[in-house]
Amino acid sequence: MSADHDGANLLEVRGLTKIFGTLTACDHVDLNIAKGEIHALLGENGAGKSTLVKMLFGSLEPNSGEIFWNGQPVRITSPGVAKKLGIGMVFQHFSLFEALTAAENIALSLDDGSPISSIAAKARALSYSYGLPLDPESLVGDLSVGERQRIEIIRCLLQTPQLIILDEPTSVLTPQEADKLFETLERLRAEGKSILYISHRLEEVKRICDRATVLRHGKVVGHCNPREETAASLARMMVGSEVLAVVRAPVEGIETAQPLLEIRGLNRKPATPFSIPLKNISLNVRAGEVIGIAGVAGNGQGEFFESVSGEVLQQDAASVRIRGKDAGGLTITGRRLLGAAFVPEERLGHGAAPRMKLSENLLLSRHATDGKAFVGAGGMVKSGAVYAASQRIIEAMDVRKSAPDPEAAALSGGNLQKFIVGRELDRRPSVMVVNQPTWGVDAGAAAHIRQALIELSRSGSAVLVISQDLDELFEISDVIAVMHNGELSKPMPIAEATFEKVGLLMGGAEPGHAEHTLETA
Amino acid sequence: MMRLELVKRPQRSALFSMLSPFIAFALTIIAGAVLFALLGVNPLNAFKIYFIEPISQVWQLHELAIKAAPLILIAVGLSVCYKANIWNIGAEGQFIFGAIFGSIIPVLFPQFEGPLVLPLMLLLGMVGGAAYAAIPALLKTRFNTNEILTSLMLVYVAQLFLDWLVRGPWRDPQGHGFPQTIQFSDSATLPELMPDAGRANWGFVFALVAAVLIWILMGRMLKGFEVRVLGSSPRAGRFAGFGLNRMVFFAFLLSGALAGLAGISEVSGAIGQLQPVISPGYGFTAIIVAFLGRLNPLGIIAAGLVLALTYLGGEAVQSALGISDKVARVFQGMLLFFVLGCDTFIHYRIRLIGLALTKPDGAAKLEAAPKLKEAR
Repeated sequence: MSADHDGANLLEVRGLTKIFGTLTACDHVDLNIAKGEIHALLGENGAGKSTLVKMLFGSLEPNSGEIFWNGQPVRITSPGVAKKLGIGMVFQHFSLFEALTAAENIALSLDDGSPISSIAAKARALSYSYGLPLDPESLVGDLSVGERQRIEIIRCLLQTPQLIILDEPTSVLTPQEADKLFETLERLRAEGKSILYISHRLEEVKRICDRATVLRHGKVVGHCNPREETAASLARMMVGSEVLAVVRAPVEGIETAQPLLEIRGLNRKPATPFSIPLKNISLNVRAGEVIGIAGVAGNGQGEFFESVSGEVLQQDAASVRIRGKDAGGLTITGRRLLGAAFVPEERLGHGAAPRMKLSENLLLSRHATDGKAFVGAGGMVKSGAVYAASQRIIEAMDVRKSAPDPEAAALSGGNLQKFIVGRELDRRPSVMVVNQPTWGVDAGAAAHIRQALIELSRSGSAVLVISQDLDELFEISDVIAVMHNGELSKPMPIAEATFEKVGLLMGGAEPGHAEHTLETA
Repeated sequence: MMRLELVKRPQRSALFSMLSPFIAFALTIIAGAVLFALLGVNPLNAFKIYFIEPISQVWQLHELAIKAAPLILIAVGLSVCYKANIWNIGAEGQFIFGAIFGSIIPVLFPQFEGPLVLPLMLLLGMVGGAAYAAIPALLKTRFNTNEILTSLMLVYVAQLFLDWLVRGPWRDPQGHGFPQTIQFSDSATLPELMPDAGRANWGFVFALVAAVLIWILMGRMLKGFEVRVLGSSPRAGRFAGFGLNRMVFFAFLLSGALAGLAGISEVSGAIGQLQPVISPGYGFTAIIVAFLGRLNPLGIIAAGLVLALTYLGGEAVQSALGISDKVARVFQGMLLFFVLGCDTFIHYRIRLIGLALTKPDGAAKLEAAPKLKEAR
């Protein structure tokens, strides 16, 4: 299965190049996909993976290069052309209408006028035969992220594609859901279909992929058989150099340490019909420890962050306590003044104002806490002091930039995230709450940010990290809890936590009964 | 099939952002030349009468300052609103209410005279404008109404209220039935700056001072930073701990107070009494001034002088060439149109989408130009 695919290439790509302005996103990329193989496309964020698959799916036009389909040269000018050829794609971000049923969503994309009832019947049959059970009559708004992904996959399969492109499919799944997906993919491979599998999770690539093409800075840096590689050698190929491992020293005497952030019975009603209510969340984060909150996206993490940060106030002032003081009734400024710092998930537009300079973005979160240093008499901004502080952060966090004080939007995602995290670390906050600290950040920057968070905790601060990335949480957390459907599981020490346990909780196993479910599973 | 698409530019050109008002002005001149030619007037001659003759003598410069003062005062206030992404269109109404509030003292207490009268009038004028601007702010924060509609509709309320006042309770009993109040006393009159040279009064100084103060506020102070953050990314503003509702009130009260100051300065300076109409649309023209000045208070000073000239020019061509003075409005409209047009092209470029997609060679370049050729 893995070696002899010569002469039976379903798709051949030669010298595909795409240029955006001064950036060459894809630089003479070659790629061969054989019939009946699962082919991995590996690369860091910004390596050109998305650009490449968008060209294969017809959403972008290449500047130069050739694409051969079954040996014939083709031009894929639109997604419609791609679908006709037999290329299907499952995007990382779903395009589904929450107020419609699964079948209605599928009918919208098929566009062939067949009645909903026959589409629903076909979808149901297909979903069971591939082990992806789905009720076509259910409203998308009521479905979990994993179930929504099934709609996307079935919608793609209904068009009987020869090649299926999956973009980071497991990033929104629990480990157990991912296992199910892998079974489906293996069945599709057995039927002779080809799969282009985009991921940065090396373990799963090693597990299911027959071959891999590695991209770095828009160029192909290697083809390999992932089963013969180690995760470390694959990572080296992706990054181009060794990635420093994050070091997490054990904490002494954490049992007796002061809780700096206390959340007691936090409730929140849903603000919109599709947002998640928070139900009776309690958690203590002590000085010196990092607590990680795992969970599939859309299980209330955003609502939880807003409630803890004070962007949304609580009626019960004691439901959030910072350094022993009731903070539930305080605004985000009031909570910052108590010593807390916050890093939201969205960088542009939430954590930073895109069209403002870095120095101005420093003022954004610190105008009150550093009022004396940054704001003078009569509300005049001391721009010199602000600029100096921003340069200090840029240096400490190794933020790479093109101008001395560029606009936030001009920085790459990783560099802006380093600045935003550094902006808060620079204050030496006693409580730090971070949502998705390294989402979309390259490996080097991610390791830097994770190490900085651990060091902050070891210097006596309480650090709370919300993340969808389980690898990350296992790397930095001393304690892990799982958020599911607005509820938080009982926190467990990292020594007791396993991917399986956490995965079950992410999938909705009853909080506190993880052990029991594990035995029966 | 051809279609036009606006494509966002990855970078805005700093040079063209700066040049855009000048390009817009040049385009207005060209379009104006066509307009004059169609009216059967020699464009060169008309432009000389419109733009040059009205400012060729010192006393005329004073007239220019009189017209520019309210425009600048109102526009700097509006620039704060627009930077905060709050759309106060009702400065004309706030101008009128400033004038009415400020006139309470000279109309109802004419016997009260002395050095305190004028400062009190100016203060009341600002209070009146701010109070009137608080109405759309309250409606927006309380009921989430659209401030564009409410502030605009309140203009008509203010105009009719003034009309009723000067025909009814506040009419000068010795005024032979004319719809106007009594003439303001000397101590209620804004003094002229240089009485020997021309009529320009202290209103122009207020405008310059306000522009400089707002420039400092927006560029140097935390409050100005708050305005810019909430205007450009409200979610980041909330993260910073800035309140949007507080900002709505701040922007409306500030711009209302400045419009009110412009109103009372106009009445106590240039006019000397209340009458049914006290503004040739200053509150609306100031919107053009604000955008022509790139929402920058110092740019607004220059833009205010330009727009003031369109008023004087309109009067000049009416008397010299017999063209309706509505031509001033046409010029103002064209200027705003071209400024906004230029701004659009600074942020976006046009792409022609058409049959070009089927030609493989054309795909290598996505520039509009080759596509344009193919389309022909």
